[in-house]
Amino acid sequence: MKRVALVAALLALVLAGAAAGAPRHRSAPTKLTVWVGWSARELAAFKKLAAEYQKANPDVSLSVVGSINDDKIVAAIRAGTAPDVVSSFNSYNVGIYCGTGGWIDLSSLMKQSGISTSMFPPTTNYYTQYGGKKCALPLLADTYGLYYNKTLFKKAGIAGPPKTIAELTADAKKLTVRNSDGSLKQVGIDPFIGFYENVPERWILPWGGTYTDSSGKAHLATDPAWTKWLTWQKQMIDWYGYKNLVKFQAGLGDEFSASNAFEVGKVAMNLDGEWRVAFIKAEHPTLDYGTAPMPAANPSLYGSGYINGTIIGIPKNGKHTQQAWDFVKWVTTNTHALAEFSNAIKNVPSTTASTHSKELVPDTHFATFLKIFANPKSGTSPIEASGASYTNLVQNFATKWQAGQVKDLHGGLVTLDKQLDAQVSQAKGGGVP
Amino acid sequence: MLLLMAPWLVGFSVFFGYPLVMSAYLSLNHYDLLSPPRWVGLANYRYLFSVDPQTWTAVKNTLWLIVVLVPLQVLSAFGLAIMLARARQGVGIFRTIFYLPALAPPVAATLGFVFILNPATGPVNTILGHLGISGPLWFQDPHWSKPSLVLLGIWGVGNTMIIFLAAVLDVPRTLYESAQLDGAGPLQRLRYVTLPSISPVILFAVVLGVIQGLQYFTQAYVAAGVAAGQASQAADVTAVSLGYPLDSTLFYPVLLYQHGFTDFQMGYASAMAMFLLVVSFAVTLVIVLNSRRWVHEGAR
Repeated sequence: MKRVALVAALLALVLAGAAAGAPRHRSAPTKLTVWVGWSARELAAFKKLAAEYQKANPDVSLSVVGSINDDKIVAAIRAGTAPDVVSSFNSYNVGIYCGTGGWIDLSSLMKQSGISTSMFPPTTNYYTQYGGKKCALPLLADTYGLYYNKTLFKKAGIAGPPKTIAELTADAKKLTVRNSDGSLKQVGIDPFIGFYENVPERWILPWGGTYTDSSGKAHLATDPAWTKWLTWQKQMIDWYGYKNLVKFQAGLGDEFSASNAFEVGKVAMNLDGEWRVAFIKAEHPTLDYGTAPMPAANPSLYGSGYINGTIIGIPKNGKHTQQAWDFVKWVTTNTHALAEFSNAIKNVPSTTASTHSKELVPDTHFATFLKIFANPKSGTSPIEASGASYTNLVQNFATKWQAGQVKDLHGGLVTLDKQLDAQVSQAKGGGVP
Repeated sequence: MLLLMAPWLVGFSVFFGYPLVMSAYLSLNHYDLLSPPRWVGLANYRYLFSVDPQTWTAVKNTLWLIVVLVPLQVLSAFGLAIMLARARQGVGIFRTIFYLPALAPPVAATLGFVFILNPATGPVNTILGHLGISGPLWFQDPHWSKPSLVLLGIWGVGNTMIIFLAAVLDVPRTLYESAQLDGAGPLQRLRYVTLPSISPVILFAVVLGVIQGLQYFTQAYVAAGVAAGQASQAADVTAVSLGYPLDSTLFYPVLLYQHGFTDFQMGYASAMAMFLLVVSFAVTLVIVLNSRRWVHEGAR
């Protein structure tokens, strides 16, 4: 018996040696196409990251295509010409991608690779799943907070950023400067929905508002936070004067340009994303400003904020699912990759480990957003079957409210709740509930 | 015979027949573009008529545009044609000047108008300010956004004007001469000679104007996006700016686009398209049937 085993072992060794000595046939690298939404400077940073992956994995060749939006992604999936990997800026649409199976469920691939959802903060886990399917992973995150102009604060005799709504209101009024005809020259904070990054979902978080009850039905009318926020917002708009504010905004520069109203000192405080740090550094490096969490209605909520971000996944019917997954896994979970990309485009790295990476370039302005991102009370938009149109409907209501077109706030919110539920039902294919 | 008709038959089937049949079929389905269509019967139509909070806003805006813009376009095109037909000097220059705006691409023309009518930095309000007049907010004000689009529509009326000019110049001189001999003044000649003679062209302009009004999209889409300040932002905010300000420029085709291409509700958008088709057909039929009363038979 021993002799048989010995012969078998020798034979195995000989065969292994022969295999090792045989000339190796090197197959051409698998070509993976990756679609991303970034463009210009940010696209170049992503391509650099992709090149690093390719260098470490010569069996794949990555082709990165930028400036992609959700329309193009959906059209490509329909036509059967989708790339191997897709990413979208619009985490709201996860409900559509997961719900329809347009992006594949990554759960089994994650399990097979030992990737646990506990690597990611709860909010990013929320906006990368829908209906029990994990069809996306976060690829850096956007976190929102308050930017304030220190020079204008000093001029107005304000020591530091506001932490409560009362302080925010008082500071905003102090920082507002009017022309002789009553029109606005400088605004303390502009709470107008539709202005730059102002959407209800970003403003409601520090007020503690939620969208749905435990049964999944919209409850904006019964959640007191919505009424409180909308009432405060309208009072502020009326204090500025609706028409004054609209005219003031029409004269402001484009948000994503060097004429941005905060960057040029036209608005003293502004709700904005962490990427503004990089924009200011590039466009107005001498601007004396600070960053802080948004003032909160409840002290326990101070420090939290709104989070969303870029999502990445694999479209259905892909030809190289395993290779695509290997890349997705690396780019979304590798601490070095996330820190490097975060440094390049100044977005928040999206795993818990990467937010503590020593590779992150220290920046006091940016550090605020890392803290907001890590805050357990930070949140995001509701992920519903109807995608972005859910929050658009809420925004539509808020814009009518701020213009004075809604006379009965509670009645309006009751109707809005019904419309939101009907919209979700319609999106699920259930027709009118 | 069939072989001769083949190119037309193929074109008709591929670009008209098939999309029309598919649209009708999809309107009875839940279809999100990514998963296969699922039969829902009339649910999309029920949602359209009884639940969608934006449907009637879009219908009202579209009707407003047709009722205001079409008559003004026809009147201004006719007025310009009459003036150009009577001009003695510089006819070529004036024809070119009035026709030129029609050559501007709709997107570029709209961008130009939004810039000119910017309430804070635009030249129109700056000039009005020098005259002591506080100008309106134009594209930023829900009461002025549609009138601003009407101004844009009248400015670009060159194509219709050329058709009217050709028709006016085509009216036989002998008719005017005999009317004049009968003692008809300029207004009577306009009423009893010119208008009956060009009535088929008026019918054409009205039908075309109404159909274009029902399909009004590009100018509203661009103006809302630029005025809302979203022109350079990421794609995910586009749906928010549609109809800006306050849904005042949310025309029916804009809403249809929103549901189909930003909400990915193609089944529902198809139901909206079918409704638009029926309305377009009905309105055109009413105008054509009604025209028998006022379109001069001899001129047909």
